[in-house]
Amino acid sequence: MSAVPLRLLIVDDEAPARARLRNLLADIAAELPNAVAGEAADGVAALEFLTDPANLPVDVVLLDIRMPRLDGIELVQHLASRASTPAVIFTTAYDQYAVRAFDLNAIDYLLKPVRAPRLLAALKKLPHALPDAAALRSLAPEGRMHLHSSERGRILLVPIGDILFLRAELKYVTARTRGREYLVEESLTHLEDEFGERFIRVHRNCLVARTAIVGVERDHSADGEGHWQVLLRDVAEKLPVSRRQWPQIKALLKEDA
Amino acid sequence: MTSIRQNSSSPSSSRLPNFRNLGVWLRILLSANGLAALVTLAGNRQWLALSGELALASASVEPPLIASLLLLHAVQRLLERLPYRAGAALVLGIALSCTAGMQVVGIAPEAFGTSSGNLVRALLWTGLCTLALLIYFDIRARLQSPALAEARLMALTARIRPHFLFNALNAVLGVIRTDPQRAEAALEELSDLFRVLMRDSRELVRLSDEIALARQYLDLERLRLGERLQVKWDVAACPPDALLPPLMLQPLLENAVYHGIEPAERPGEITIGLARRGDQLLIEIANPLEPGRLPHAGNQMALDNIRERLMLFYDLEARLETEVDDGEADNPGRYVTRIVLPYRRGTTS
Repeated sequence: MSAVPLRLLIVDDEAPARARLRNLLADIAAELPNAVAGEAADGVAALEFLTDPANLPVDVVLLDIRMPRLDGIELVQHLASRASTPAVIFTTAYDQYAVRAFDLNAIDYLLKPVRAPRLLAALKKLPHALPDAAALRSLAPEGRMHLHSSERGRILLVPIGDILFLRAELKYVTARTRGREYLVEESLTHLEDEFGERFIRVHRNCLVARTAIVGVERDHSADGEGHWQVLLRDVAEKLPVSRRQWPQIKALLKEDA
Repeated sequence: MTSIRQNSSSPSSSRLPNFRNLGVWLRILLSANGLAALVTLAGNRQWLALSGELALASASVEPPLIASLLLLHAVQRLLERLPYRAGAALVLGIALSCTAGMQVVGIAPEAFGTSSGNLVRALLWTGLCTLALLIYFDIRARLQSPALAEARLMALTARIRPHFLFNALNAVLGVIRTDPQRAEAALEELSDLFRVLMRDSRELVRLSDEIALARQYLDLERLRLGERLQVKWDVAACPPDALLPPLMLQPLLENAVYHGIEPAERPGEITIGLARRGDQLLIEIANPLEPGRLPHAGNQMALDNIRERLMLFYDLEARLETEVDDGEADNPGRYVTRIVLPYRRGTTS
């Protein structure tokens, strides 16, 4: 048994459920030294906790599935893009669909009410990695509903449906909605893979929501020849289309017409 | 005691319909007019004349039909005492004499021809139509015999979301060390709730009992949801002695909590309105709707269950409908479930 206690984060929207897990962890502390690093009432709070370096390391997240704002499955999808992630053990009262998907993908979970021996066994054989991309897809076939952006220690959720375009700028990607821009710490390639249905590439550094495109126009200001740019609904910005992407954009516009 | 079919005792009335029931009237009016329309369609030789012929047929069917129904309404008590054959014969007799009477007086237009045979034709049509309806109601009564209805009711009420049970137990385990008294109260509430869930559910219950049960349920949910669950009761305009089928409120509240409170970030309010309007009892339950999230399919199971039970208890006299009130910018929409059922008073015993 290692002398360094296991550090855990408890994520559940119900206070008594968190209290129950804390009690059980205290009960098994003699056999498996552990410390509760923190508690969070939903996925966003958990993401905030895990983003603050002062709280790290966290070895294990005990994660409820059904929660407001950001549920357990989507939280894992957000964590998946990070370099170092804690192990995750799902807890659920009864959700036959999720449970079936867990079994199919050999993902560990605990049924609530959780019992001490079961919790101990799960913590002893901790999974090394988060569920892989295929497993996550089968848990949440519709994919993520939000991107997240971290601002001064706060996590902001950006609904995918609100995003007009995503543009890579130096280190970050910015997500533009009607009201403002958000910084997102993910790669454009990764986002294109995940949301290829919804967004179309107009340029090496830019993905645009297909539904946000209202038209194109030729811009002659740059040089004699000029190039095409995409016009968007709700915002005045015009996005240049690269020569390479132009055929796809033209095809999309033809489809809509 | 109110049994689920008032007419389950004597052999006659269990097979004849209750002519004082609005649903029965509706079925008879619709099918008689439907049959008349079919006959007219079959006899039609000129397409352009069809609408006129349909109107004429309807005009000749309606007076004797309504007269018969009024008479049957009047003799309902007598019908209930007669054996089935005698009762059926009386129904047939009333229908035939109303038709004959209307023809003789000349109120009914002559849709069935103007020759001397029109009286015979009208009587024959009335007789066949009445027989068809009697057979229909007989088959219907057999299908909904008390034994079958009871079995269906038992199957329908013995359902509760496992999600609720396990979460409630988990919440009790969560507070048992810090607040043993609260845990004790919660287990008592849980056992009361399950006693009702497992009880024989064929009989109507008093509204005040149903309200007490709903309060216990909500109290259990407050244990795990805390301040997130706000409840507003509006029961001032409601007689506590009204009767209704058991477990009408609790499943709807469970739905409201599951879809309106649990997924919401901020506290939400469930409103429960109960009122009597004339001879109807109105139940209205509303919960906040998560923006961008439509009430999904899971909702439907509890609603279908309640609809089917309302049908077994009240036939067409009760209904359940749902509605989405769209919200504005900072005011989320609400999901409203409404039940309208006939007001019946319980004995004060």
